[in-house]
Amino acid sequence: MTLDLPFVFMVLMGLAILAYVILDGFDLGVGILLPLAARPDQDMMVASIGPFWDANETWLVLGVGILLVAFPIAHGIILSSLYLPVALMLIALILRGVAFEFRMKATGWHQVLWNRLFFVGSLGAAIAQGIMLAGVVTGFASGPGYALFGLLVGLGLAGAYALLGATWLVIKTEGDLHGRALRWSKAAVVFAAAGVALISLTTPLVNAGVMAKWFTWPRIAWLAPLPIATAAALAGIWIAAARLQAGRSRREWVPFVLSVWVFVFAFAGLAYSLYPYLVLDRVTIWQAAAAEGSLRFVLVGTAIVLPMVIGYTVFSYRVFWGKARELTYGE
Amino acid sequence: MLDPILLARAQFGLNIAFHILFPTITISLAWVLVYLRLREARTGAAWVGEAYALWVKIFALSFALGVVSGITMSFQFGTNWPGFMDRAGNIAGPLLGYEVLTAFFLEAAFLGIMLFGRDRVPGWVHTLSTVLVAVGTTASAFWILALNSWMQTPQGHAMIDGRLYAEDWWAIIFNPSFPYRLAHMMLASGLTTAFLVAGISAFQLLRDRGYEPARRMFRVGVAAGAVLAPLQILAGDLHGLNTLEHQPAKIAAMEGVWHTERGAPLLLFAVPNEAERRNDYAIAIPKGASLVLTHDPDGEVRGLNEFLGVHPPVAPVFFAFRVMVGIGMLMLALAWLGVWELWRRGEAPRRMLHAFAGMAFSGWIATLAGWMVTEIGRQPYLVYGLITTAETASSVPGPHIALTLTAYAIVYVALMISYMVVITQLARKMAGHGSVPPALGQFGATNAPGVAS
Repeated sequence: MTLDLPFVFMVLMGLAILAYVILDGFDLGVGILLPLAARPDQDMMVASIGPFWDANETWLVLGVGILLVAFPIAHGIILSSLYLPVALMLIALILRGVAFEFRMKATGWHQVLWNRLFFVGSLGAAIAQGIMLAGVVTGFASGPGYALFGLLVGLGLAGAYALLGATWLVIKTEGDLHGRALRWSKAAVVFAAAGVALISLTTPLVNAGVMAKWFTWPRIAWLAPLPIATAAALAGIWIAAARLQAGRSRREWVPFVLSVWVFVFAFAGLAYSLYPYLVLDRVTIWQAAAAEGSLRFVLVGTAIVLPMVIGYTVFSYRVFWGKARELTYGE
Repeated sequence: MLDPILLARAQFGLNIAFHILFPTITISLAWVLVYLRLREARTGAAWVGEAYALWVKIFALSFALGVVSGITMSFQFGTNWPGFMDRAGNIAGPLLGYEVLTAFFLEAAFLGIMLFGRDRVPGWVHTLSTVLVAVGTTASAFWILALNSWMQTPQGHAMIDGRLYAEDWWAIIFNPSFPYRLAHMMLASGLTTAFLVAGISAFQLLRDRGYEPARRMFRVGVAAGAVLAPLQILAGDLHGLNTLEHQPAKIAAMEGVWHTERGAPLLLFAVPNEAERRNDYAIAIPKGASLVLTHDPDGEVRGLNEFLGVHPPVAPVFFAFRVMVGIGMLMLALAWLGVWELWRRGEAPRRMLHAFAGMAFSGWIATLAGWMVTEIGRQPYLVYGLITTAETASSVPGPHIALTLTAYAIVYVALMISYMVVITQLARKMAGHGSVPPALGQFGATNAPGVAS
């Protein structure tokens, strides 16, 4: 049996990126929502993501790692084209990551400063990732119109992350903060919907190939369930949040799970639009792939290690299952 | 004016230099925490818990700084050196991939449990998580040093149309310089942490001579330093001999040997003069370099004249090497004096505590100097003898690099200062309290701004 190794690695990379977007998405989202809460609540919000953010960001390293391992040629092109947004994202992630630790240890105005940096870093990372996404779907075109488009996608993605963050907080918090999280969920779902709509409509408009992939008969009939399901999930989040608010439902996990589905559907749509290109209309996965021997060497390790990674990630989430508590180092 | 290659190198160098500071601490501090956990399980002594409480926080902070600058590095391979991935990606990619898979995830996933899960899991699971974090940090060093060593002493590959292909992974990973570099770096990490532990404890003892956790940890740090320093000197010597065999130009730059000679002197100090290809103001031990490098006072040392055009810039390598060796010797002397005092009098005199406190971060300087020797010493190559650094540079315009370089520099300097201030503050407060208020056992870590916990 011969394995289409570049295809396998494309799937793996896609899964890593999807895992990153959802996992770091909720903790970035919590960071974006931070200024909306009062001080004691802020500590609880950060506590709800404390044990997870390190591991969540590791999926980003895995995603870019697979790009680098499996598609070294595209790695260079993509990261050079996205030089400035990548740098912006990295600096934002640095600030956010260290602010997390520093804010727990600093005092007085230092703590206020680190809190602000935590928010700025979270928002900055989300916007930078949106700009990168816009670059990928437009084939790294440049110009004022594309810059504006990038910024809008960035805001849309920030809204979508805020949605994940708010619905995460619905699960992890209680009392007053829980009520706020429900209100934030309803507001964020509007931003997220706008972001999804913007990118779904713009991508086919700027690229004829993508247009043909979606809007030709009979494909459009086969593909129609995807946007319909996305819209249904978005509406479902709003309804579920409203039901929780009114006390007519106790299933607090529903909004978060539906938000995850929104990301999965949107990701599937994007993947379909781009495939088989890594750099739209220029470089396919086969053109960019590394040597077969190298891919095989990595695949063996991945097949052994990735299930373990998933296993202990699940274990770690189970340890911190239930409502968040104040973080202590357990001394 | 804005030479993109130089800027790209400065940026990558800045980032990698900032990054390496934190793994250097966390790799061995993780094992110190394992030691404290096991010790606590066995003896239940009160000081162990307090020492753990301080050092786990320092670990968490160091780890966070290492993670964020590490993520930056994984991107800068592509943004700064796209040619490297294009040409050497078949070899570099899998090694980095294994690092992410076997190390990053292990340490990151169990870090959460190790830091915040103590009251949520049984004691043995918490200890196991601590061990797994330590294993992860060590495994991470294994893979990244395998890649770096391969770039220094490549083997097991084939070059086809300018691209490198892996032929023998065993040969690639266990390349000639790898065992030496791994030992040298692990010992560097151990020494850095030993002096950090001794230094911060000394700082606490200067405020409160009777503070038990600091007294104990000071002993741990001094003892570890006294054992590791001579081992490090031995490992460094062996690594140097290995470099002489595989990268003689680097050794010639380290020793400032411009012309091949027999009975070459060991330069204690000099100012390499690149223009006239000689050393100014030299203070030397006659025949010393030949003795050290060939173990024969009249042995021949190959000079830079044999590597015209393909040897590294001499002055930075030469000076960095002396800084590293100088700090190493100082560490040896201080650690042994410390052991002597502790053995003779049971505690260190004030002056010695000041010396240790002053040397708390000395391991950082030595480690950075060491990496400068080996990395600048590899120039002009990126992969020694195969690919030059200039060939792999990005086409990103100079001003873009200059802009981001400035931003990184500001962020890193600010973080470095914050880091040092915060950990000394933590240490001071711990020592000031005498013991941790019981209220902090469960709550208050994040909402009691007046108390560092």
